[in-house]
Amino acid sequence: METKSNLYRKERIYGYLFILPPVLGLLIFTLFPVIYSFYGSLTDWDGLGQMSFVGLSNFKDLFSDDLFYKAAFNTIYLMIGIPIGLFLALLLALGLNRRIPGTTAFRVIYYVPVISSLAAISILWNWAYNGDYGLVNQFLELFGIKGPNWLANKYTVKPAIIIMTVWKGLGYTMLLYLAALQSIPRTYYEAAELDGATGFKSFRHITWPMVKPVTFFIVVTSIIGGSQIFTEINIMTSTGGTEYSSASVVFYIWQKAFGNLQMGYASAMAVVLGLFIFVITLIQFKMNEKSSYEAD
Amino acid sequence: MSHSQKRRTANFFIFILLAIGAIFMIAPLLWMLTTSVKDQQDVFALPPKWIPDIFHWDKYAEIWEKGPLLTGITNSLIVALSVTIVGTFTSSLAAFSFAKLKFPHKNKIFLLLLSAIMIPYPAVMIPQFIMFSELGWVDTLLPLIVPGLFGNIVMIFFIRQYLVSVPNEIIEAAKIDGSSYFRLFSTITFPLIKPAVAAQLILWFMGIWNDYLAPIIYLNSPENQTLQLVIANYNATYAIQTDYPLIMAASIIALLPVLITFLVFQKQIIESVAISGVKG
Repeated sequence: METKSNLYRKERIYGYLFILPPVLGLLIFTLFPVIYSFYGSLTDWDGLGQMSFVGLSNFKDLFSDDLFYKAAFNTIYLMIGIPIGLFLALLLALGLNRRIPGTTAFRVIYYVPVISSLAAISILWNWAYNGDYGLVNQFLELFGIKGPNWLANKYTVKPAIIIMTVWKGLGYTMLLYLAALQSIPRTYYEAAELDGATGFKSFRHITWPMVKPVTFFIVVTSIIGGSQIFTEINIMTSTGGTEYSSASVVFYIWQKAFGNLQMGYASAMAVVLGLFIFVITLIQFKMNEKSSYEAD
Repeated sequence: MSHSQKRRTANFFIFILLAIGAIFMIAPLLWMLTTSVKDQQDVFALPPKWIPDIFHWDKYAEIWEKGPLLTGITNSLIVALSVTIVGTFTSSLAAFSFAKLKFPHKNKIFLLLLSAIMIPYPAVMIPQFIMFSELGWVDTLLPLIVPGLFGNIVMIFFIRQYLVSVPNEIIEAAKIDGSSYFRLFSTITFPLIKPAVAAQLILWFMGIWNDYLAPIIYLNSPENQTLQLVIANYNATYAIQTDYPLIMAASIIALLPVLITFLVFQKQIIESVAISGVKG
């Protein structure tokens, strides 16, 4: 028995040893900073000198800060791209799932923007949205439409960024949908056909419920990603746009923390953003749980 | 019309639609390429010239002198390679431990790690910045490298999933044999999961290569910046001089390594991404 308990002890030690790096990483680079963010949000921290405790005054200021509301509104506005992308990607995936010639080529072409560097893509679209010589307005001119100076105009800058983000993310969503569609057993459709359900009916009663987990996964990850949008904004509208019309929450945090050195105030915003993402994730999980019970 | 005929016509129209969609996907990238080989006049030609009369490749020579593009590439390589190589090792070792070794509170610890995925980088970046500035690491590559060396939770998750397919009997037999636990990992388990690890490594590499927010926070001096920052600075600087061919040429150089990696490994990459949705 001696040797057996020795064996377990040894396994336990090595088990812990092997997971030590990620656990340490979590403690040092995530948990400790998160706690520090909470603490910092209650101070007038400037990143250099003393931190004095100021209670909730950062949060009070935040909720009467017009720029914060603008940035929050813009961030949510830009998420309009999520349902648009879902819809287009599902259509594409349904098309590709029919075993059409050239499927591999299509998959690769639609996926190229996904793997491309966001900075390079933002630079490209920055140029494509140029009011006089950009690709977008030159294309519109074929139909006799005089396009605006997209990124300088406060009404068109957000739609412009949405179009770009949909274009960039489409291939990823399509790929996930395609994988989900391919995992639906053909017999389901054959059975439905025998019952006289084809076309939209079989989509509504078989395809849509079957891809629901993927839809859920995409929605959650897109909201988490979308609420952190930064690179596009920073490159395409370096000042946050005319009248701050394209600044996002992370853009504002970044400006406040590293431009103005208002670390306490920026931490308060970071805390609000973190809580927002946490709540969204929680709601989504609850809803998914509920609807999967209903499906049972 | 028979059933199969109807299906064929439908497929034909779907093919056309997919092809039109593909043109919209690829056109901006092609336009980027043609802009980079145009001369100043052709850039501002109306109506647009898709194919310039003469291909001017000279911008591809000029970009190396107009800014720290080469050091940008070197810096990006240093960060991405050191993180993915060391980080993949620590991640797969941890994944092995979570999947195949027995120790108390294993699942609780794993769940704790997983829940950290929910915490967005902006929520931790300010304290992290202060931490690294206390160490005097601002304007060095270290803040971009060091956290990654401790492993990547997403990678641990997927490798652990993959390890489920490795039979426990092999591992248990080796345990009783008295193989050391590290050898159990390196000589028995790791060779079996190599393909999955490779795909995850490539995805992680591309993520680091394309990262922008962390580099912009830490790196100030041009010679310390990563490639993405360098091309963003090209964009800011040379757009005023309307030197779009130069900007596009530099951006294409930034795209190429990842694009080539993708085209070479597209099957593996697409498969492992597709799996992530099904299992996630």
